[in-house]
Amino acid sequence: MQKNPDGAVVRATGLGKAVPNGDATLVILQDIGLEIMPREAVAILGASGSGKSTLLGLLAGLDTPSSGTVELDGADLFELDEDGRAALRKRLVGFVFQSFQLLPPLTAIENVMLPLELGGDPRAEEKARLMLERVGLGERLRHYPKYLSGGEQQRVALARAFVVEPKLLFADEPTGNLDAATGADVIDLLFELNAEQGTTLVLVTHDEALARRCNRQVRIAAGRIQS
Amino acid sequence: MLARDWRAGELRVLALALFVAVTAISSVGFFADRVRQALTREAHQLLGGDLLLVSDHPWDASFRDEARARGLATADATTLISMARAGGGTQLVGVKAVSEGYPLRGKLRVAPAPNAPDAETRDVPAPGTVWVDERLVGALNVKPGEALELGDATLRIAAILTMEPDRGVQFFNIAPRVMMNRADVAATGLVQPGSRLSYSLFVAGERPLVEGFEAWAKGRLARGESIQGLSGARPEIRQALDRAQQFLGLTAMLAAILAAVAIGLSTRRYTQRHLDGYAVMRCLGASERRLFALFAWEFVLLAAVACAAGVLAGLGAQALLARIAAELMAAALPAPTVVPALQGFAAGFVLLLGFALPPLLQLKNVPAIRVIRREVGAPRQSVLGGYALGLAALAALLVWQAGDTKLGLYVIGGFTAAFVVFAGVAFVALRALASLSRFASLSWRYGLANLRRRSRANTVQILALSLGLTAILLLTFTRGDLVEAWRAKTPVDAPNRFVLNIQPDQREPVAKFFAANGLPAPEIYPMVRGRLTAINDRPVRVDDYENDRTRRLVEREFNLSYMADLPAHNRVVAGRWFGREDLERGALSVEEGIAKTLGIKTGDRLTWSVGDQTFTAPVTDLRGLDWDSMRVNFFVITTPKLLDGFPASFITSFNLPDSGAAAMNRLVGEFPNLTVVDMSAILRQALSIMEQVIRAVQFVFLFALAAGLLVLYAALLATQDERVQEAAVMRALGASRAQVASASRAEFFSLGFLAGLLASAGAVAIGYVLSVNVFQFPYHPDPWIWLAGPALGLVAVGLNAWAGTRAALRRPPIAALREA
Repeated sequence: MQKNPDGAVVRATGLGKAVPNGDATLVILQDIGLEIMPREAVAILGASGSGKSTLLGLLAGLDTPSSGTVELDGADLFELDEDGRAALRKRLVGFVFQSFQLLPPLTAIENVMLPLELGGDPRAEEKARLMLERVGLGERLRHYPKYLSGGEQQRVALARAFVVEPKLLFADEPTGNLDAATGADVIDLLFELNAEQGTTLVLVTHDEALARRCNRQVRIAAGRIQS
Repeated sequence: MLARDWRAGELRVLALALFVAVTAISSVGFFADRVRQALTREAHQLLGGDLLLVSDHPWDASFRDEARARGLATADATTLISMARAGGGTQLVGVKAVSEGYPLRGKLRVAPAPNAPDAETRDVPAPGTVWVDERLVGALNVKPGEALELGDATLRIAAILTMEPDRGVQFFNIAPRVMMNRADVAATGLVQPGSRLSYSLFVAGERPLVEGFEAWAKGRLARGESIQGLSGARPEIRQALDRAQQFLGLTAMLAAILAAVAIGLSTRRYTQRHLDGYAVMRCLGASERRLFALFAWEFVLLAAVACAAGVLAGLGAQALLARIAAELMAAALPAPTVVPALQGFAAGFVLLLGFALPPLLQLKNVPAIRVIRREVGAPRQSVLGGYALGLAALAALLVWQAGDTKLGLYVIGGFTAAFVVFAGVAFVALRALASLSRFASLSWRYGLANLRRRSRANTVQILALSLGLTAILLLTFTRGDLVEAWRAKTPVDAPNRFVLNIQPDQREPVAKFFAANGLPAPEIYPMVRGRLTAINDRPVRVDDYENDRTRRLVEREFNLSYMADLPAHNRVVAGRWFGREDLERGALSVEEGIAKTLGIKTGDRLTWSVGDQTFTAPVTDLRGLDWDSMRVNFFVITTPKLLDGFPASFITSFNLPDSGAAAMNRLVGEFPNLTVVDMSAILRQALSIMEQVIRAVQFVFLFALAAGLLVLYAALLATQDERVQEAAVMRALGASRAQVASASRAEFFSLGFLAGLLASAGAVAIGYVLSVNVFQFPYHPDPWIWLAGPALGLVAVGLNAWAGTRAALRRPPIAALREA
């Protein structure tokens, strides 16, 4: 794997995504170039349908682009196969989703243990417990997601994201499914953890106030970066 | 909305399930219907027609005219016993004089010379000629082309008669057959006052017409005239037919059960996928009633289309099936009736209402708030209560399809018991398995943990899977075991000759003859003809009984036998066999079937009239016997003292090897009064019918198997969405394909193994109940079933797991995550 000389954690070059739509082609993203440095917190802003979530998916290697490249920590994502990308994510990346994406059959602690166990960490349970205590859910370790409130679920998701101490955290509208007060609590927690671990944060949102808490704002409109 | 849902692909799985269900039910129904008709017709060959009227005097022309007026075909035969003469020798022969068109069902086969290959013929002997049995050729040393004298007539032997379809029915073919044209009867001068003749009128045609004629004729029978329907045919043939219909009924029922499971599962999936849409519509102000009506209409419309298509496809499928079967089945299948189409259509709707309605009704409980909180209003996992109506409807449908309440109830009972036991065992086993997860590797741990965490959903899955597998095992292993047991009931060395009319002083010489000719020592039984006159001093009158068979039994004379020891091939099923005291005082042993028919219990006192005397004795035991054994069997056996003084003749049965025909001729030559009945032809016919039945069941079974596999697919599809979603999350978190696949394999492996094991247990249990209580023969389950069940379970879920995991891994994770 090639080390990147200038230290960018994320580098997207000429990134584009188009999908066939009947006879025509629908362009979702076009010629995106973006560099994100270590410990930077970047907000990707845009209206609904602007392509910001698609961009996040591409940056995280959850989807494949029509053109261009993405390098994570110097590794070209799309030169790797699916498993290669998954391995890279396991090593580098944490996720927080708008709809939490906890696995319903797993308890809170088992959800948090999951990424550790995928990495073969023998102390998975202990680390997961500590992390859940850190996010204030020490009393709810054995609860299943359906018995947790939205705010609690998102805290579990934060614990799951941070427990592997990722170099890079992708957050997709993390407060989108929460009320304002709960959302604010979750965001505070997210920035706290981010600061503690020195994680690089890529946050997709349409909330200007939230975006302002990041070092940098990248605006997307009609599939292109505006600023 | 139907079109919209269809375009979205939402209804395709459901419609496919319904379509396949109706296709399966109706094609099984159509085919079973045709096979059933063919079997009945095949059995009619044993009568030579669909209906046989027998009389000891010539039939009044009105019967023949009425049958013809009703569009039925008729043929006549007159049978008598006479001596045939040729080249100075004489031989007792069974003469059968037939009219053109005989036999109406089945075919005669003739050969140009002894031992020459034979062929079917549509003709009857031309006037002036006869066809003779090969045995007669040996007995009289004549050959085709030579003359045979019968009474006053001299007739030319034109062919060797090798096959006569209705030979088995009348127990009259005591001597080699001579078949002649009915036009020559008068010339023989054999019809004299007092001569013993039997006049048969054969009738055949479309079933309703035959039934109509039978009803007409029944009321007009005079003394000495009787109608022999199928139930009048040999009890062993009747039993074979009954069992055949039970097998086919069973197969059709399994298809119905499997269909129900598939429909329930696919509607559940549909419901789950529509929760959000429903909530949004509620949110937009649609009333609960309106929304329900919307969904209900959508389903009814869908069902109508799917059922119609299913019935059509069923018709096509059965035609294909019949074409394949035609190669193997000697009989061409009659056209299907419209009944299975109606059955298929009705079954489709019953299944839809019973199994799609309950999950659909759950949509009504979805609150509008789900728009905001998705976790609200998810369908409950346990909807067993909601299916009560469906199960009741299914039960009624099954009994209807089976056409046999007892069989239907047994299978329903078996499946209900399996349902409850499977659910309980699966739930406990899942929890137990999960507790082992601590000691397993990561993938296994996640797989097993998933089993426990989804224990309710998985219980439902295991239930569905094991029910499907139970059906498959029931139809492969259990069916095989049952068929084997059935086949084994008529062993190759079963007796093929009966010798009747042995006089008391001939017992010794006949036994000696057997020994001298290298034949096994015969078991010779005494036979006395007697009439049952009273049960517990209450006179037995024909009019006291409604059932035709019972009336016939009461009317006729019984062949009574006496002996001190229970025949080896009989068994006592109630009471006990004659003890010393019984032998002293006199007692009776009655066959269980006839005891049931006539309402006789142990302890009852029966009065018999034999000749001009009567005697009364108590019934000390009921006997079970095996009609398929082809051995000498008696309905009633008395203690020796009771019948000692009465004039008796003796009877025996034995297995004559193919090479022993000459010995038989010598036997008849030495003891001219003996009548030897060749059972091998009857046996061959019975076996051939059984073979056809087995093949038919196998063909029908293929369909139920296909329906079963569809259930497995539907069962695993039911959790597909969830699995795809989870796989995507795991992939996002960095799990490799192998890790996702391996966790899913561990889960599926346990699921399949458990379901398979339960299915083995279920199939063995149901097979046992069926064999003992319905088919009434011993059942020895093949031990391989315990391996086959789990193996089948693993294969079934393995294929699905492979397909499912592939689907989960093929799409980029983002796609599944977006849908959540």
